[in-house]
Amino acid sequence: MSRRWILNRLGRTAITLWLLMTFTFVALNISADPALQILGPEAGPEAIAMFRESWGLDRPLYEQYLLHLGRLITLDFGQSFRTSEPALAMVMERVPATLGLMIPTALLALAIGIPLGVLAAIRKNTWVDRGAMVFAVAGFAVPNFLVGILLIYCFSVRLGWLQPAGIQDWTSWIMPVLTMATAEAAVFARFARSAMAEVLGHPMMKTALANGIPWPQAVREHALPNAAIPILTVAGLFFGSLIGGGVITENVFAWPGLGRMLVDAVSARDYAIVQCIIILIGVTMILANLLVDLSYGWIDPRIRDQRQ
Amino acid sequence: MSIAEQMDPIRAVRAMGRVRRRLPVSVILSVCVVAMLVFITLTAQWLMPYPIDEQNLLARYQPPVFMGGSWDHPLGTDALGHDLLTLMLRAIQVSMAIAFLGTVIGAAAGTIIGFAASRFGGWVDAAVGVLVDFQAALPFLVLALALLTVMPDADISTFIILMCIYGWERYARLARGLAIAAKEQGYAQAQVVLGASGWRLYFRHILPNIAAVLVVNMSLNFPATILTETSLNFLGVGIEPPDTSLGVLMGQGRSYLYKAPWIALMPGLVIFLATFAMSIIGDWLRDRLDVAGR
Repeated sequence: MSRRWILNRLGRTAITLWLLMTFTFVALNISADPALQILGPEAGPEAIAMFRESWGLDRPLYEQYLLHLGRLITLDFGQSFRTSEPALAMVMERVPATLGLMIPTALLALAIGIPLGVLAAIRKNTWVDRGAMVFAVAGFAVPNFLVGILLIYCFSVRLGWLQPAGIQDWTSWIMPVLTMATAEAAVFARFARSAMAEVLGHPMMKTALANGIPWPQAVREHALPNAAIPILTVAGLFFGSLIGGGVITENVFAWPGLGRMLVDAVSARDYAIVQCIIILIGVTMILANLLVDLSYGWIDPRIRDQRQ
Repeated sequence: MSIAEQMDPIRAVRAMGRVRRRLPVSVILSVCVVAMLVFITLTAQWLMPYPIDEQNLLARYQPPVFMGGSWDHPLGTDALGHDLLTLMLRAIQVSMAIAFLGTVIGAAAGTIIGFAASRFGGWVDAAVGVLVDFQAALPFLVLALALLTVMPDADISTFIILMCIYGWERYARLARGLAIAAKEQGYAQAQVVLGASGWRLYFRHILPNIAAVLVVNMSLNFPATILTETSLNFLGVGIEPPDTSLGVLMGQGRSYLYKAPWIALMPGLVIFLATFAMSIIGDWLRDRLDVAGR
């Protein structure tokens, strides 16, 4: 990979990070009066004056903007106006619950989606393929919250087997993880099928078979590694959809994670918390995308050479 | 259709018959579902049996007819005694209108922005690239939640704007890439030689040539637009009662899963039917017109 390409990529990452921080500033200032917006219409004049001073709202706009950037860079995200605790600490407290949901979901989605897609490509136009694709389309089309509510309706309301809300024991994970994994597995199955079908149609496979390599070995050693590259490309997107799906799933199952905190904060207009979660998610995703971009140049020699 | 078929009307009719016969059943069913939703969207205000805010506190939690309810409220009533048929019709109208208008306006804006990036290049192109990067950096649901924090009193128009913001980036990327490729082709170069001005070249000549790709992408993206709108409203941060949408209705219904599960399950089923049918139509169009779904 050429140094120029890497520098260019790093430059774009820096610009995106800057835009993210600017976005939170603009978003707060679009609304006519951030103080009223955050404190609500019932706030007294002293409270508003104090808030303005503590957030620097009485200064000129450019000064406010620089102050804002300075605060974010030094990881000062302000305080939640509801609890007066530092936003960052409150947000970080919720991270483990969200990760605890995301990691098993990612593993389950990969474990179902990729074999299903690969199998569908190998058995193209058979009932295996058709069944897998109906699952893929339906799994993508069904809203996350509908899956969650159907599961609650079956297993909590009707059968009474599982608790519908919060974390009690290991069974609490079953429904939220299934809810989130449905859509993700569907996307992976679809993607793995098209990647695999493309590789199987490649002349390289014909060559391998003509050279006397048995079909299973040709699939294992030639097709699968080549199909893995485009699958890695969607890893960045996957991370984003996991977070989006997590917001909804956490709200359906009253899960004490970031997604539920975000929606609560939006309803209460607790801007410090909203801002902190957005920056946390944004920075994580920007860095994840950077890593994915850098890594597939490293994994795939063709991309590496192209960039030189 | 081959040239011989185009020349000979009898063969042409036969060829059309073949096309119709080759339409898969799933596509025909999907078109029926979408046609019905479009019909409801256009006529809901005349179909609603009750005014939207009419409550009957003596008839709360009435089950739908197929679960043993009465014909006074064919789909039952909710926790406050609102007629659910009325609410469902209005919800379908609102959700479909938001998804449709959001998709169309977002696609138009995105296409213009993409063309501008291709036409002017330089810093315009770079600025569009940076904005696209930024939008890819946040899951849209999270971005929309942030915007809803500072947009109090969200209504239908707020959501149409949100859905435009959701979609523009996809069409801007597509239109930019396709326009840059099209500029190299004979027909576009010929127009330049003939003296076509910049915008004329883009809108009179390149746009018709790439329209199929844009339309297929609109239909492929439509389900995701419906899901985004209903998700936000399900979370309860969007449209406020008495107005409703499929997401709002489901969000309200989930509190009564034990007592009146139909309140949440009926709108959920409609959302699923709408997104599933549109996905099938989108996939079919893409395969049919042989457009890569980027």
